[in-house]
Amino acid sequence: MKSGKYDSVNLLHQFVLLSIPVLLLGACGNDDPEQVAGRGRHVRPVELILNEDGRPVPAVLADVQELHRDNGQEPQTLDPHLAEGLPSAHILRDLFEGLTGESPEGRIIPGAAIRWNISRDGKTYTFYLRRDALWSNGDPVTAEDFVYGLRRSADPATASKYAQVLLPIENAAEVLSGDLPTSELGVTAMDDFTLQIRMRDPTPYFLALLSHSSTYPVHRASLLEHGSAFSRPGNLVSNGAYVLSEWVIRSRIVLVKNPYYWDADNVILEKVVYYPFEDQSTALKRFRAGKLQWTSEVPNNQFKWLQEHYPDELVISPWLGSYFFGFNLEREPFIENPELRLALLLALDRDLLTEKVTQFGELPSYTLVPPGIRDYVSPVPEWAEWTQAEREAEARRLYAAAGYSEENPLKFEIRYTAGENNKKMALAASSLWKQVLGVQATLLNEEYKVFLQNRERKILTQVFQAGWISDYADPYSFLNLFRSGYGRNYYGYSNSLYDALLDQVAAERIPSRRRRLMFETESLLLADVPFIPLYTYVTKRMVNPRLKGWQSNVMDHHYSKHMYFLKAATDEVPVVVEDLEVIEEGAGEDVTIDSLQEIAVPGAGVLIEEETETVVPGQDQELLPPQEDKEPDSQVEDVPLENETGGDVTQDKVIQEEMIE
Amino acid sequence: MIQDSGMARHALWRLLGLIPTLLMLITVAFFLMRVAPGGPFDTEKLLPDDIEANLNARYHLDEPLLQQYFRYLGQVAVFDFGPSIQYKDWTVNELIRQGMPVSLTIGVAAMVLAFIFGTLLGITAALRQNTRADYALMGVAMLGISIPNFVVAPILILLLAVYAGWLPAGGWDWSIASMVLPVVTLSLPVTAYIARLTRGSMIEVMHSNFIRSARAKGLPESVVIRRHALRPALLPVISFLGPATAGMISGSVIIERIFSIPGLGSYFVQGALNRDYTLVMGVVIFYGVLIILLNFLVDMIYAWLNPRVRYDKKR
Repeated sequence: MKSGKYDSVNLLHQFVLLSIPVLLLGACGNDDPEQVAGRGRHVRPVELILNEDGRPVPAVLADVQELHRDNGQEPQTLDPHLAEGLPSAHILRDLFEGLTGESPEGRIIPGAAIRWNISRDGKTYTFYLRRDALWSNGDPVTAEDFVYGLRRSADPATASKYAQVLLPIENAAEVLSGDLPTSELGVTAMDDFTLQIRMRDPTPYFLALLSHSSTYPVHRASLLEHGSAFSRPGNLVSNGAYVLSEWVIRSRIVLVKNPYYWDADNVILEKVVYYPFEDQSTALKRFRAGKLQWTSEVPNNQFKWLQEHYPDELVISPWLGSYFFGFNLEREPFIENPELRLALLLALDRDLLTEKVTQFGELPSYTLVPPGIRDYVSPVPEWAEWTQAEREAEARRLYAAAGYSEENPLKFEIRYTAGENNKKMALAASSLWKQVLGVQATLLNEEYKVFLQNRERKILTQVFQAGWISDYADPYSFLNLFRSGYGRNYYGYSNSLYDALLDQVAAERIPSRRRRLMFETESLLLADVPFIPLYTYVTKRMVNPRLKGWQSNVMDHHYSKHMYFLKAATDEVPVVVEDLEVIEEGAGEDVTIDSLQEIAVPGAGVLIEEETETVVPGQDQELLPPQEDKEPDSQVEDVPLENETGGDVTQDKVIQEEMIE
Repeated sequence: MIQDSGMARHALWRLLGLIPTLLMLITVAFFLMRVAPGGPFDTEKLLPDDIEANLNARYHLDEPLLQQYFRYLGQVAVFDFGPSIQYKDWTVNELIRQGMPVSLTIGVAAMVLAFIFGTLLGITAALRQNTRADYALMGVAMLGISIPNFVVAPILILLLAVYAGWLPAGGWDWSIASMVLPVVTLSLPVTAYIARLTRGSMIEVMHSNFIRSARAKGLPESVVIRRHALRPALLPVISFLGPATAGMISGSVIIERIFSIPGLGSYFVQGALNRDYTLVMGVVIFYGVLIILLNFLVDMIYAWLNPRVRYDKKR
């Protein structure tokens, strides 16, 4: 007994003595070789000099070409055919290469296929693969690999969630349902380097879909050898610019340059590390400490502070997504009552909502399809031109005409799910409705999956939060949401004329006609008011000013292979940067802060132009923007930071991710 | 120390009791998860029926619920928690195996830290009862208890990582530098709690008769404290250790999130939100076993420290 007593006391002493040096050691662990000057300020880069090919000259490149990218969340998988969600998509774009690729500004460019033909009826695509493309183990990438990949992706046994991307391909639906064997999928290897894909319908956005991971090839031998463990480091054989070297779950995923990649000479970043920082303020602190050069988002309440302290680092640009409120048209009080719905729509001051509520410069929206899709401009409703006072007057008139008044106010529920912005938007809308019309709206916050279920069932909902961020830059992706009976038609909107127009859009091959049809379709939808457009999403992130080669694009696709670090300009410039210089610099390299009109648009536009005959899109590619041609002085006036950069999508992260991929 | 057979028999019974407890835990958790609306594959995007059927078939979600339940029990019996629905490249076993060392390290380190500093501070305060030092220490302890982790953590990160640059601002690489902030943050409220607990019981013990006798025998004060007061004074702390350690290992969700630590805590939350049935079940079972074992361990230590609750006398 005695000894026991002494032991415990001695142990105590030992622990104390041990723990002190441990703490001290920890405090010395300063492994911060990064480019931070003072309190989280990043040093400026040297001026970018490009060679004739549009690539940076070696003299301006930093010695260490290592990118640390915040990826928001742990990817669900690195199996391209099972992938869903943004985190997987970002990494897979670096690891694999589809038939088509994307330029930094988001334009469709040749990927594994160097060129392609589209038949006159738009139903047969013939892809000519690069003969110099290799897998990361040195095997050649052949048409057979793509056939194998596409068949695996469509195979019911794979249970791919995004196999629906393949649905435009001949027999894809039958293969997916198990009615036909995978060999019946409309995909054929004509020879080692020629691939033919036959379509069910002409699908003008098909080339854009081909950069989606569901269509990536997989290396058959390693898949057969490793089975479900084929996506682990050491096992994964990929055909993109990078190979997987390390994967510590929920800590980091390390990619290193793939020496066998056909364009490896032009890949400058040697190593890319992806981190799953779920907490945006943690990511921001890591960024400020110089440990990250790219964040997936920024905390949604810090716009003003970031804009003031990190004008060079904060990058905000429009995203291909719309945020709106939906009406349930199968439930009172909104059945057959477009005037009442219009009254609610008009009563909301979008400028106020985006300025005061979302705050990151989201664009007020009056339509369904967001701006930024090449060659498509949405119909502008009449009321979009009115002043807010006029809108409110009309709203009051319609509200009274629908039989509501102060004594007999309209009552309904607004459903939304977790996420700061959703709540704020619902609150703001309900108080505006109360203020302008005297409407009594009740707020209902629901857990995410509960919310999804209620919205889909259309039994409880009246007004609810909704939004759509598209996988591909085509208005059809948005318009199709309101098709009768479509699984994501939460609105109960059913209009046979609208459905007929959608069918015409799907079958139309002539771009100008298709555009007109889509315009007509959207006009019809807007006139029926099954939803309340609110704003267009923006992406917002912190990027180290020395990281170049990438550009803002509406798809928010950013390939590491296009990026590179410039040398720090510490030698020439004093550490304390003058305000004036900061502005000049920000403008001089302003690719990151494009105004909406200047945003390059991927996908559909390119395809539409290509519809006639043989296409060699390679000539079209422009790997780098002409940013160095811009004159800093004029840019300062053209692009005031406040106006062009402001904007934050403060909606729920989970939802964003679910919606996107 | 535990040589008595009564004690050993008691220990055995307690361990056997683990099985029905776990069975109940599994049953309740299994059906509660299924009662929650929505499923693992519900998202904003439309899932064609065929694809949903393929997915359900893959995870056996197309079978009747009872069949799924017994299938699961059969799996658990051989320690196979199945594939994670959300993290498709990994099985639940692999996820737990990777997360467990991290959670254990942080939890145990924080607990050790809290125990050492908590008792030292508590004893110090108790021996200087109602002096300025006592008030100061207990004031600080009160602050430690009341200020939540999610306030302390960002402040520490800002000061020590962003401004001073001494420590990483999050992330985990098994270096001591990456452990300091999360461990310290996690241990602070428990340290404070233990300090208050120790102080209270120490004061009580110091006023008891046997301490008076010891002093009357002419023992120096240091011996009185070490030999006679310390052990009874620590008893309430010991009984607090079990649930506190379990809480630290399992309840560090906030710390894990703020510091981006790949522990088990967030699997719980993420798994539940995503309706990742297999992952949630695996973590629930793991925590269940852990909590039961820790409580068992603490009871044993308690009995060893306190002869009055020995089990051999009654049996």
